Amino acid sequence: MKKTRKLHASHINMSHGSGGKAMRDLIEDLFVSCFDNPQLNALEDQARFDLQSLQQYGERLAFTTDSYVVDPLFFPGGNIGTLAVNGTINDLAVSGAKPLYLSCGMIIEEGMPVSELREIVQSMKAAADLAGVQIVTGDTKVVPHGKGDKLFINTTGIGVIPQGIEISASRSKVGDKVIVNGYIGDHGAAILNARGDLALDVSLETDCQPLHELMSVMLAACPDLHAVRDASRGGVATVLNEFAESANVSIRLDESCIPVRNTVRGVCEILGLDALHFANEGKLVATVPADSAEALLHAMQSHPAGREAAIIGEVVEGPAGRVVIKTGFGGERILDMLVGEQLPRIC
Amino acid sequence: MKFVDEFRDPDMAKSLLDKINQIVKEIPRCQQRPLQIMEVCGGHTHSIFRYGLEQLLPKEIELVHGPGCPVCVLPMGRVDDCIAIAEQPNVIFTTFGDAMRVPGSKKSLLQAKAGGADIRMVYSPMDALQLAKKNPDKQVVFFGLGFETTMPSTALTLLQAKKEGVSNFYLFCNHITIIPTIKAILDSPDMTIDGFLGPGHVSMIIGQKPYEFISRHYQRPLVIAGFEPLDILQSLYMLLIQIRDERAEIENQYTRLVPESGNRQALQAVSEVFELREFFEWRGLGSIDHSGVQIRQSFAQYDAERHFIVPNLTIADPKACQCGEVLKGAIKPWQCKVFGKECTPETPLGALMVSTEGSCSAYYAYGKIDVDNL
Repeated sequence: MKKTRKLHASHINMSHGSGGKAMRDLIEDLFVSCFDNPQLNALEDQARFDLQSLQQYGERLAFTTDSYVVDPLFFPGGNIGTLAVNGTINDLAVSGAKPLYLSCGMIIEEGMPVSELREIVQSMKAAADLAGVQIVTGDTKVVPHGKGDKLFINTTGIGVIPQGIEISASRSKVGDKVIVNGYIGDHGAAILNARGDLALDVSLETDCQPLHELMSVMLAACPDLHAVRDASRGGVATVLNEFAESANVSIRLDESCIPVRNTVRGVCEILGLDALHFANEGKLVATVPADSAEALLHAMQSHPAGREAAIIGEVVEGPAGRVVIKTGFGGERILDMLVGEQLPRIC
Repeated sequence: MKFVDEFRDPDMAKSLLDKINQIVKEIPRCQQRPLQIMEVCGGHTHSIFRYGLEQLLPKEIELVHGPGCPVCVLPMGRVDDCIAIAEQPNVIFTTFGDAMRVPGSKKSLLQAKAGGADIRMVYSPMDALQLAKKNPDKQVVFFGLGFETTMPSTALTLLQAKKEGVSNFYLFCNHITIIPTIKAILDSPDMTIDGFLGPGHVSMIIGQKPYEFISRHYQRPLVIAGFEPLDILQSLYMLLIQIRDERAEIENQYTRLVPESGNRQALQAVSEVFELREFFEWRGLGSIDHSGVQIRQSFAQYDAERHFIVPNLTIADPKACQCGEVLKGAIKPWQCKVFGKECTPETPLGALMVSTEGSCSAYYAYGKIDVDNL
């Protein structure tokens, strides 16, 4: 049996990206031995798929890519690796696809402790196993100290969409209900707190989780889901504005129905930020036919990833592309996409 | 959420709105023209829009969004000065988040940061002082801005820097003071304001007394107001009672946080570190006498204006900008020639479009203005 090469360095250095023996040590010891599957173990330049085996899941491929840059790399409830796996799974899942294979591209800054990198790779493996996907191909680059921010990860994913599913932002229709699968803003607030700038004594965890199983439950309850997106950067506000623009409709939310944890509300109050603009890593927003909304809601609530699901609004007649939120007093305000980045107010 | 939800109770809001609707009928003056009530503070503007309060009020009340956003009234020349300091070698320039996007004559701090200047967002001046202690080989500058609300924390930071003998920390002082500004508005020839919602946070520091000239010399009522929606509605109701009864007094709705005589310790720190400037330039309002503070001689070693070469130029606002008229309540934000066209939150031409507390930005983001059809 072939002996696996071992990585002995404590920190990443430029030789780990040189294409030589040190790089081979890194790839075999960290990535291949951890991700461990026949496709990757073959150490070819590409993963190869048998088309018939893909066809058993459906008739169309879904293909997506995303890059992950986050500071800090580790935060309560996850790390950059779990984000990279679940984020790409979710980008596939919201099309109704069954996620199957991922690639993993890593850009590592010289000087990164190998122990941290190993922990991240192990987290990726655990997240992939939990979701039933395989990381089958990858790439490693090392950049000089000061030219990166410890670690950037790119993951690309392939999934298969079962027959008859047609989910698209442009399909939202007047009368549809708007559903979210739980508390919003957890990830954005957790990252803000984890940076340690705020000195807030609060417990906040990312909501990072895969959503494909929840999507299966949702499709079983309502095969005609109209629009679904995961509400990552830009938050729920951005997704709803995209729906409204794409389908030429208006969306009206009821603020009192939107699930937001008290701690997240507290962070927003202190800093003058809006949870609807915070990033999420395990939340989706959907527009669904009104007549199946209640049944769908109950189905979602039966799954752990949708336990706090709620109907938060509806698609209405009105200026195309406009999202309006009804406040607790019956007043209304426009909910726009995030402009620039969210910046705390001075007082 | 405790101590928050209590001030957002829809039933209480409805009851207050009913009372407001009733009382305006008892004020003959508002049958001829709407009563103009100015909320001085940008925090109030933000709450008014966030909770859609303006639409719930009767047509007899017109809210005028005043000059109380320190970011909005920051003149362009001052932003240029910040960038000139930040771009000097070996400098770490620190600032509150919402000052990052304010346009200077050529660029904003955010753009200067993208161009390579070491500009960092902090949440308090103490964070900037910590940064100075951690980076003894750098010169760390804190961009101090804001009204009396933020002035004490800056003063306490300088006192701390002096006590600890930190020698690489500097303050670029742009703190401003609210009273001369309200006076300038009251002295404006086109002044039509009937009453004021007083700034809650500023009043926590200065107390009630400094506002007394408003009732005594100008016969206008002022109610110091908290920032929650119920605070604002109750304060409006208190103002309307005064107007109905033809009284002009200084009242305090925000008693849970505002002591009558202010915060003595904070005021002491402020007076130890700062002294009034002869005049200070305001964006949209021009120069207002004694409306800003500067660092006293005894703290000169921390004064960025003395330590660094700053251009200190007065840059005129863009001609198309009507921020000044909006600030004085002469026109509404959407009546400005460039609102929603050349001037949007993404490309702010005027300062009022920059911060979420600026009335133009608030109207753009929260107001039911059909921007496409302006």
